[in-house]
Amino acid sequence: MIRAKDINEHTPWQDLTPGGEIYEPGTARDFDTGTWRTNTPVFIEEACKHCMLCIPFCPDSAIPVQDGKRLGFNYMHCKGCGICEQVCPFVAIKMVAGGVAI
Amino acid sequence: MMNKCMSGNEAVAYALMQINPDVMGAFPITPSTEIPEYFANYVANGQVNTEYVTVESEHSSMSVCIAAQAAGARSVCATSSCGLALMYELLYVAASCRLPITLACVNRALSGPININHDYSDSMGARDAGWIQIYAENNQEAYDNFIMAMPIGESPSIRLPVMTCMDGFITSHAVENIELLDTDVVRNFVGEYKPENYLLKKENPLAVGPYDISAYYMEHKVQEAESMKAAKARIKEVAARFAKISGRSYSLFEEYRMEDAQYAIVLMGSTAGTAKAAVDKLRQEGVKAGLIKIRVFRPFPGEELAQALANTRAVAVMDKSEGFSGNGGPLFTETRSALYDLKDRPYLIDIVFGLGGRDIKIEDIEKVFLRLANIAASGELGPVYTHLGQRSKEDVK
Repeated sequence: MIRAKDINEHTPWQDLTPGGEIYEPGTARDFDTGTWRTNTPVFIEEACKHCMLCIPFCPDSAIPVQDGKRLGFNYMHCKGCGICEQVCPFVAIKMVAGGVAI
Repeated sequence: MMNKCMSGNEAVAYALMQINPDVMGAFPITPSTEIPEYFANYVANGQVNTEYVTVESEHSSMSVCIAAQAAGARSVCATSSCGLALMYELLYVAASCRLPITLACVNRALSGPININHDYSDSMGARDAGWIQIYAENNQEAYDNFIMAMPIGESPSIRLPVMTCMDGFITSHAVENIELLDTDVVRNFVGEYKPENYLLKKENPLAVGPYDISAYYMEHKVQEAESMKAAKARIKEVAARFAKISGRSYSLFEEYRMEDAQYAIVLMGSTAGTAKAAVDKLRQEGVKAGLIKIRVFRPFPGEELAQALANTRAVAVMDKSEGFSGNGGPLFTETRSALYDLKDRPYLIDIVFGLGGRDIKIEDIEKVFLRLANIAASGELGPVYTHLGQRSKEDVK
């Protein structure tokens, strides 16, 4: 059975799965889907109260949490939609123009 | 085996009962309504253990079938006309996810103006959706085609959904003698649906229908196209197996008195019965007339059809649906394309007839053969794409 990691943009049609079926879970981590971001959220750690409101609002699970505290953005999955900035009560997230946080 | 009198709808519902599918997405629309109706009786009587899912539209009935088939369940559906049109998006999803769903399409004209009678505008509109399409001439064929559908579509090398089509009211509601196979013979012939991968297979979770970027979409379409091409051989294989249990032989199309035919008509469905009567009559008068009844429209048997027509002098394709291509109906364009590779091609015309249930008679078909004979004798083709059976000022004069 062909694994998702063994399929890429050079795979001939004969070796692709029928209809693009994927035979395993969790394959999103194999693909960098953050490349088409045009705006980027920046995490201002000192303003954050770790209320965790941004986490369920993020459509792409791009805000990792560890030991009850949110960490920096996972830019591999973040599409730059800006919802997190809108819902943050403490101005701890700021959107900047461009695909890279500077 | 058992002889019975049944309508086409009842025959298909009976085949469904014998197959005992896992799931039916059920929604009524004239003239296919009787299929889920008869089948609901079988469900209520405990003759099948099918999950009978009543839904609010055909968009949903096909969605039910897609989800159930992806989960690993054999799923069936029946519809007509605008119901099929409402499924349009899902028809493509079913085919491209390679889910071998079986759909009984009882052909009826598409609106508008609204009409409930027969032509092929519904299934012809879905001809490029990636479904195998098999058309029946009569009730017996509607029954037989449905039984053959699953072994064709579910074959691992094919994995395409199958639409078995019959003429609305003409076939679906007319009661005819029919020979039914024993239920255990049918179940044995159709077998169990055993996909290699499915959503409920707990050993490895499956994702179905993921987003395909341009770097992948074309490869998946090539896969689909190759499977459609391969389906021709599979259809013949299954037909050969079916002949052993039923004594009835089927191919991609039926050739009727074509051995030495000079003039031939190509058409589909129940009109073949009328055309056969016309051919017999003309043969008695010494006219070398013949008929080809297209049974399998998708995949289209182009090479085989070209061979079958190679020695004729003039051919009329009779399309029982418009196409509004401005260049002839869908059966005509396929046939003309198929004939292009012949070294010596017969004269070829298209006649669109029978729209919205407009009747066609033996005399009408005779006139078509007469026109072919005149074309062959004079060498003048005349208008290539015409309609037959409509009232016209020219007739009144």
